[in-house]
Amino acid sequence: MQKKYLRWAFYLAGLFVLLIASVILSLSVGEMNLGFSDIFSILRKGNDSMEYTILSQIRLPRVLLGIAVGGSLSLSGVLLQGVYRNPLVEPYTLGISGGASLGVAFAIVFGLHKLIGSFVLPMTGFAGAFLIIFLVYTISSRSGRINIQSMLLTGVMISFIASSSMMLLMATTSSENLHGIVFWIMGSLDEPDRSLIYITLILAFASLVASYLFVQPLNALRLGEEKAKHLGINTDTTIKLLFLLASLLAGVCVAVAGVIGFVGLIIPHLMRLLVGSDYRILLVSSFLSGSVFLVLSDVIARTIISPNELPIGVITGIVGGIVFLLMMSRSSVQSLKNN
Amino acid sequence: MMNPDIINIQNLCCGYPNFQLSAINIDIPKGSFAGIIGPNGSGKTTLFRAITGTLGIKSGKILLGDKNLRSLSPRLRAQNIAIVSQFIDAGDMSVEDYVLLGRIPYHSRFSFFESEEDYSIARKYMEMTDTLRFKDQLMSELSGGEQQLAAIARALTQQPELLLLDEPTSHLDITHQVHILNLLQQLNQEMGLSVLMVIHDLNLASEYCDRLILVNRGKIHTQGTPEEVLTFKHIEDVYQTVVVTQANPLSGKPAVFLATRKVLKEIQEKPADKQEK
Repeated sequence: MQKKYLRWAFYLAGLFVLLIASVILSLSVGEMNLGFSDIFSILRKGNDSMEYTILSQIRLPRVLLGIAVGGSLSLSGVLLQGVYRNPLVEPYTLGISGGASLGVAFAIVFGLHKLIGSFVLPMTGFAGAFLIIFLVYTISSRSGRINIQSMLLTGVMISFIASSSMMLLMATTSSENLHGIVFWIMGSLDEPDRSLIYITLILAFASLVASYLFVQPLNALRLGEEKAKHLGINTDTTIKLLFLLASLLAGVCVAVAGVIGFVGLIIPHLMRLLVGSDYRILLVSSFLSGSVFLVLSDVIARTIISPNELPIGVITGIVGGIVFLLMMSRSSVQSLKNN
Repeated sequence: MMNPDIINIQNLCCGYPNFQLSAINIDIPKGSFAGIIGPNGSGKTTLFRAITGTLGIKSGKILLGDKNLRSLSPRLRAQNIAIVSQFIDAGDMSVEDYVLLGRIPYHSRFSFFESEEDYSIARKYMEMTDTLRFKDQLMSELSGGEQQLAAIARALTQQPELLLLDEPTSHLDITHQVHILNLLQQLNQEMGLSVLMVIHDLNLASEYCDRLILVNRGKIHTQGTPEEVLTFKHIEDVYQTVVVTQANPLSGKPAVFLATRKVLKEIQEKPADKQEK
């Protein structure tokens, strides 16, 4: 048994413990505080007490969505950084959030959500994200094979176009609609539709499993595209499939929970500093720590100005950014540069 | 019957819209130590990329043993040909992790951990290249020469029949140049590994290679033993530089000496003096 594998097992165990701890914390803290030990007995009894309703109807769905969205965004970020070999790429750099926001803004401005129902917002969000993914993909793979750098630029440009179009919509609409758009964009784990939560959760775990089919190509890609080819990796197919997987994940997250920034950028970097850049451990640890981070951020967002609630994107940005800067100044900046 | 050639290139045409290689015919017997030489922009690297499979082929074919290179899957190709590039950018990987990447062509998509066998193969070649002592250091902490050695260890871990190197010595000092070329020669002679490298330095090429391929303007100017290729006529034609070639007194291989413009001028002005001296 290699020492490396023991270390990985240690990281995994640690992250699992953290995840369970943050789930328990999130279930117990809120407007009505519940004791850690009471949570299990309340859930087991399953009667119609108010505590049970709070846990099963409000807090548990949020925790599940937090696990799914945090893990997915972080996984999406780590996959994209691996494909592009660029530490600044994250799901939102490529215009996925811009597309989703544009879709939602469109639906709100034209009153589709009042006409058809509120579930139309996630649908148009996903449609917008998917449209952008499709555009970036077809424009940059016109010549049959994908040029990574031009794909990145295409993504950034389309992202600009999408966000400017959204501003155009926002500038010309009523203040009520404007409020709706801004509220949606800021992101929240409060999702009334249970089936959407389950779909996101299943998709998140399925994608984590699927991403493990690509660990060898990802590790080879750490040397660069051409050298990965020399090691027998079909880089074109790998890059296309991973791009689609990462975009799909991010698209679903934005559609369900709004724009929650920084998770896809910060968590993979923290994990690179902590567990190293071997994708065999990096993928799962990014997923788990993304979940932990979002569940904890949601606890802060719910409690800090209780009974009101802050948008979760505010917390992820501020807390994540500060933690990241602290970590960076402590460990070497060099390891970041070297990807 | 088995083809005795490790690489057999027939009427190859390949390249880019603004640069083409054409009518390339090369055969390199198994166990050769061959060098591709030629001026900058002559097509050395294009030819190299065609053989590595990173560049598509317009017409003609490349045979690896008796198999068509294009019909091999990328994985199978990586089991047969290992490539050492000019620049190694392996960042924050440990040397051992880097060398272990050489086992990827042998892993199935679902294999997750390296086996004991993978480790013992990697360690064997790290020992051979004298990089085992760095195994836990990061690649970025090694010097250029040490990185090149680690890259050779990684390539050997692929257990290839053919080792391709792109200017393996061009940014190294003479100590490391000779060290790496001696190592390659040893691998060639003791393991029977076929070696093909792009190399700039004509004198190193002459000393170490048993076959040379001189490329110029997208065509093969001439190929053969160093004695056949490194004549002053060929070199002056291709490199547009006046040179003198003479046998190295120790090895008997041709060595190339420069004639600078100043020296040439002096010879032309004072032919009589020169002869007296």
